[in-house]
Amino acid sequence: MISDAYSTDIKLIQVMDTDGKIDDSLLPKNINDDKILEMYRMMLYARNFDAKVLSLQRQGRAVTYAPLIGEEATQIGSAMAMRSNDIFVPSFRQHAVFIARGMPLDLIFLYWRGYEEGNIIPQNVKGYPVIVPVSTQLPHASGIAFAQKYLKTGSAVVTYVGDGGTSEGDFYETMNFAGVWDAPLVLIIENNQWAISVPRSKQTMAQTLAQKAIAAGINAVQVDGNDVLAVYKATQDAITKSQSGPTVIECVTYRMSLHTTADDPTKYRSDSEVEAWKVKDPILRVRKYLASKGIIDEKIDKEIIEAQTAEIDAAVEKAEQFKPDPSAMFTNVYSFMPQVLQNELDNAKTSNFWV
Amino acid sequence: MQMNMVSALNSAMDIAMKENDKVVLLGEDIAKDGGVFRVTDGLLEKYGSGRVIDTPLAESGIAGTSIGMALSGLHPIAEMQFAGFMFLAFSQIINHASRYRSRTRSSMSVPVIIRTPVSGGVKTLEHHSDSPEAYYSHIGGLIVVEPSNPYDAKGLMLKAVHMNDPVVFLEPTKLYRLFKQDVPEESYEVEIGKANKMREGDALTVITYGTMVPVVNDVVKSSNLDADIIDLRTINPLDERTILESVKKTGRVAIVHEASLSFGVGAEISAMIAEKAMFDLQAPIVRIASPSLPYPFPGYENYYVPNAQKVAQGLDRLMKA
Ligand SMILES: Cc1ncc(C[n+]2csc(CCOP(=O)(O)OP(=O)(O)O)c2C)c(N)n1
Ligand SMILES: [Mg+2]
Repeated sequence: MISDAYSTDIKLIQVMDTDGKIDDSLLPKNINDDKILEMYRMMLYARNFDAKVLSLQRQGRAVTYAPLIGEEATQIGSAMAMRSNDIFVPSFRQHAVFIARGMPLDLIFLYWRGYEEGNIIPQNVKGYPVIVPVSTQLPHASGIAFAQKYLKTGSAVVTYVGDGGTSEGDFYETMNFAGVWDAPLVLIIENNQWAISVPRSKQTMAQTLAQKAIAAGINAVQVDGNDVLAVYKATQDAITKSQSGPTVIECVTYRMSLHTTADDPTKYRSDSEVEAWKVKDPILRVRKYLASKGIIDEKIDKEIIEAQTAEIDAAVEKAEQFKPDPSAMFTNVYSFMPQVLQNELDNAKTSNFWV
Repeated sequence: MQMNMVSALNSAMDIAMKENDKVVLLGEDIAKDGGVFRVTDGLLEKYGSGRVIDTPLAESGIAGTSIGMALSGLHPIAEMQFAGFMFLAFSQIINHASRYRSRTRSSMSVPVIIRTPVSGGVKTLEHHSDSPEAYYSHIGGLIVVEPSNPYDAKGLMLKAVHMNDPVVFLEPTKLYRLFKQDVPEESYEVEIGKANKMREGDALTVITYGTMVPVVNDVVKSSNLDADIIDLRTINPLDERTILESVKKTGRVAIVHEASLSFGVGAEISAMIAEKAMFDLQAPIVRIASPSLPYPFPGYENYYVPNAQKVAQGLDRLMKA
């Protein structure tokens, strides 16, 4: 006898299509046009910020930087669905999540200018620092989610990983731990189709990345990651459910630019592929919607961007005034100062090779 | 032919793949992209995707499957994109690559090369500037090499691929394109376990490797020091003979490395000299290294990595002692 041991399917959710048309049956109840305008502003803000760091990097005023252009809806939609007491655990490309959660812009710049001080995250932001080794932040997120349950805070934890990152062992271990612990975790897969030069199709034979969650026995859904409303809805639903267990949300989006400023995509992908994604741009469709409603026009758009640019420029100026004190390398290694390290610090200060 | 370290390593792997069809390359972004530093550039076009393999993003998987290939008669050359990410493969390397031979009393072996860029000085993000040589040397069973110039890079790579051992092959990022050198186009080997006496002198011995080699060289030249400079090239197994011969001649020793000071390669060499040549020393051994803390973010890098001034001060202290 052979019977079905298990079967499943993965849903794909889109709320707003590329023409800016909304499927009202799916629109979350707390979403109105003001909220959509706010999402639009935040996505523009993120894109503006991104362009700024990119240009600073080209002038030698920032270190290697990972642009987010194209992925604004995934980041803003999920960040705005978080409640004020929810916590986020980013990877290295989630600048828009930091922005939406109120991280001071000058600190974000400071990080990308190469200073640990940019990781001093204000309490109210409720986030953790940029983590570079792919997927290694994910088990922390499960642990943080466990702690929320243990401490009865009621907070959910939202964490992020790329499509490439779903190949790492830590990714599977995270889902499994969160599953057996019923931890309030929302794991967002920011599937931008590329892991540096390796396309999604070479990363795994699985048809969707969301279905990887099925093996861990936890909730799974796929959304149009360029649809800010779909990402918002899926994240909100997952947070609502989080007290009874974790959810994985695969956001299907696209990396419109370089992997990082050290990368040359012409080596491995065609311009036509990038072009084809332009029509699915996450900001464009919201602009179409808001314009059709008479909420924005070119003039208002311009005003929004100008105001944001002024804020961004001020933050850059502030970050560029930061003067590093090399002693900070020594005084932040342990909760106390070991004699060995103190000697090394004294020695560094007296010899004067810190030019 | 004039080659930098990138083209020298590329040439070595090209030769290795041509002469032995059991050699395969695998890693993240090594095929289509040619590696993020272009070390494997052009090899996909030459040898095809069956032998030059872009893997999924999983370091433990890369190391573990390489070990399996090596156990089955292949000779994989695996790339870890950066040394900081190689720690995700640490279990496979430490628990298996280093132990398969001893575990099976040499009835099995793991001929694998694991290459990775190491060390800093080029203002990269966190985890892109680690100097992990001490970790891999400590376990035993792993050969650990670190060339400081294109000639040695090619010769050590070809030697490694002709051996039947696991080799951790550390490539200083900063030296990848820093300078070119005349490098033979054909195959040649640089002996593993043999240091390079770069310069002869009688007054002191400076032992170094990797990114610190050009720094030491410049300081010794500009300060007109009568120094033996020893570039280790192989960190494990250590070339004790070359070191001790020099120490017995000069009586003064400095060890210079970029990796942090405490529990490092300098400590091992100092201990070895203390055990075997203590009474030949005229002054305490001087270690010059980065401070005993994690590699900082790029904004602090210049305060962390030993610079010429720090090396010069250390050597001065040694000569005045
Ligand atoms: C453990 C680890 N391995 C390798 C790298 C180098 N690296 C940085 S990003 C990246 C690709 C990540 O792809 P993906 O997870 O899809 O995220 P994306 O960059 O597309 O946002 C790689 C290989 C790293 N940072 N960490
Ligand atoms: Mg990706």
